[in-house]
Amino acid sequence: MGLSAVTVLGVDRPGVIAAVTGSLADCGANIQDSTMTLLGGHVAMMLLVSGDLDCDEVLKRLRTSDLVVTASAIEARRHFCEEGDGLGYVLTVHGPDRTGIVSAVSAVLAADGGNITGMSTRLSGRLYVLIADVELPKEVDVAALMRRLAAVGAGLDAEITFRPVEPDLL
Amino acid sequence: MTGPGPGGGSGTARDVLRAPHPALSAAAEPVDPIDPGVVAAAADLLATLRGLPATTGLAAPQIGLSGRLIAFDTARHPRSRSYAGECVLANPRLVGASHWDHGREGCASIAGLTADVLRATRITVHAHLPGTGEAVTIEADAFEARCIQHQLDHLDGLLFLDRVPGALSLHIQLHSCDA
Repeated sequence: MGLSAVTVLGVDRPGVIAAVTGSLADCGANIQDSTMTLLGGHVAMMLLVSGDLDCDEVLKRLRTSDLVVTASAIEARRHFCEEGDGLGYVLTVHGPDRTGIVSAVSAVLAADGGNITGMSTRLSGRLYVLIADVELPKEVDVAALMRRLAAVGAGLDAEITFRPVEPDLL
Repeated sequence: MTGPGPGGGSGTARDVLRAPHPALSAAAEPVDPIDPGVVAAAADLLATLRGLPATTGLAAPQIGLSGRLIAFDTARHPRSRSYAGECVLANPRLVGASHWDHGREGCASIAGLTADVLRATRITVHAHLPGTGEAVTIEADAFEARCIQHQLDHLDGLLFLDRVPGALSLHIQLHSCDA
């Protein structure tokens, strides 16, 4: 059974999720991992769906004037609930909005092999906020990384916190 | 429990600073609770809080003052249980914290955003009352405990954003009731 990636971007309105998921169900697609959020008044969805999906059929069913849809077959890369080898951290950046915040911070993480596994950014007035889930290789010198992040933050007039994930495993 | 004079004094409401104002990222300084200037600042903080019906607490840095003063009144919040009354505290210190839980909170200095933040749901705070300098102990739980911890963070230059537990815990604000 194949795996497909579907992305949907459009104007937020009641019924978008129902329309998209209904069309996928009609095509025989089973939704696996998915995420949806609002970005500046636009609905943004990304879904991994399983099933013998005809991507052209999906695009045809979802083609409306206010939605931009893509669908393509992909290979399964990682099993759900598979434990990673790294250490989990949460990065917070907040400060005045300017270009280059995400690229500057993510470059510091990437230089140490850090992998951003989730990220949200929001602009509220002049305030830019970035929250990222980060997986670090176990051998990384975290104190040195935090010093480099602090230096980048100072250059951006932004406050940066970087702290271990606190899992609530019961 | 109001320090600055009978009935909480008659301070002047000030504008609330919005992030990314640098005053919100600076640690506040200890104050002399019987200093007239501190008493006036406490009255201003309380007057500002009273003028913000959707806000349950404020800290001095949010109105541009660098002293360690907080004000809170959680009477109207639906998740409140303990209620110490309308309080203004000088040099508050968290001396006990237990029973941690996540809860969604916003901030009068951050428009449009909320987050799920881990806080103690039972706390003990030592402080002094502005004006008399009387030492007080506040035992708080539920939302009042959350509100007080949120204000204590402001005194250390921290925002709730600095405690967001993950990328999916940051939300667009759908209602207005700030810690």
